[in-house]
Amino acid sequence: MRKRHLMVAAALSLAATPAWAETIQVTIDKLAFSPASVEAKVGDTIVWVNKDAFAHTATVLGDWDILLPPGKSGRLTLKKAGAVDYFCRFHPNMKGHLTVKP
Amino acid sequence: MLIRSTTALAALLLFAATPLARAADKPTDPQIAHIAYTAGTIDIEAAKQALKKSRNKDVLDFAKDMVRDHEAVNRQALDLVKKLKVKPEDNDTSKALTKAAAAERAKLAKLKGAAFDKAYVDNEVAYHKQVDSALETLLIPSASNAELKSLLQTGLKIFQGHEQHAEHVASMLK
Ligand SMILES: [Cu+2]
Repeated sequence: MRKRHLMVAAALSLAATPAWAETIQVTIDKLAFSPASVEAKVGDTIVWVNKDAFAHTATVLGDWDILLPPGKSGRLTLKKAGAVDYFCRFHPNMKGHLTVKP
Repeated sequence: MLIRSTTALAALLLFAATPLARAADKPTDPQIAHIAYTAGTIDIEAAKQALKKSRNKDVLDFAKDMVRDHEAVNRQALDLVKKLKVKPEDNDTSKALTKAAAAERAKLAKLKGAAFDKAYVDNEVAYHKQVDSALETLLIPSASNAELKSLLQTGLKIFQGHEQHAEHVASMLK
C-alpha cells in the first residue's frame, strides 16, 4: 500500500520539476533507530537525533560513519541511490535500513 | 577463563538456582540495583586494566567504549535510586561477582601483549553473555519498580551490543 503510494509519488516527481530535497529525521532512543527503515531519494538529508545518554554511530563499513554523541545529532546528505543496512559500531545490535531512490 | 565464567554465572544465578526457590528468594529491587551497578563497575575496572596494558588500537578503542557506556549506565542507575529513595543493598551475588572479577584481573595482570589482548576480549565476550542472561532470566523479571525495570532493559541492550562488539574485536585479533 505504502509502496504503491511511494511509486506514484516517484512517478509524479519524475514528471514534476524540480523535486525538493527533504530532511528526514531518525530518532535514537534506548538503543533503537526509529523509524528503523527509511525511504529517501538522492539529495535528501538524514538527521539522526540521539536522545540516549550513550554515544552511538550510524555506520556503513567502508562508506560512511556518522558519530552521534549523547544528546547530539548528526547528518548525512545522500549522494547515491541504492539500499543499505547501517548499524552502530559501538552497539552492533542497533540496526537501520536506508533505501535511496535516484 | 572457563572456571571464572562458571563461577560468575553461578553467582549471578544464585537466587534462581536454589532448589525449591520461593517467590521470596527473588532478589529485591535494592539488591537488583546493587548487582546491576556492580556488574557495570566490574567491566569498567576490566577496561581500565586493558587501557593500561594493551597497545592494540581495536582493543583500546573497545575498552574506552566500555568505560564510557558503563559509566553512563551507572550514572543513570545512581540518579534513579536517588529519585526512588532506594538504597542499593550488597548481597551474595554482588560479592561473588566482585570476587570472580578480582581473580580474573589478577590472571590478566600476568599476561602481556597479544596474549593479554586475546584473554581480555574473550573474557569480555563471556562476561557480557553472562550478564545478558542474568538480566534476562533473573534481574529484569524480578524487578518490581517500572523505572528500574526499564533501565535494566536498556542495560540489557547495551550489554548485548557490547557482546557483539567484543565478538567483532575478537575476530579481528585472530
Ligand atoms: Cu550504539
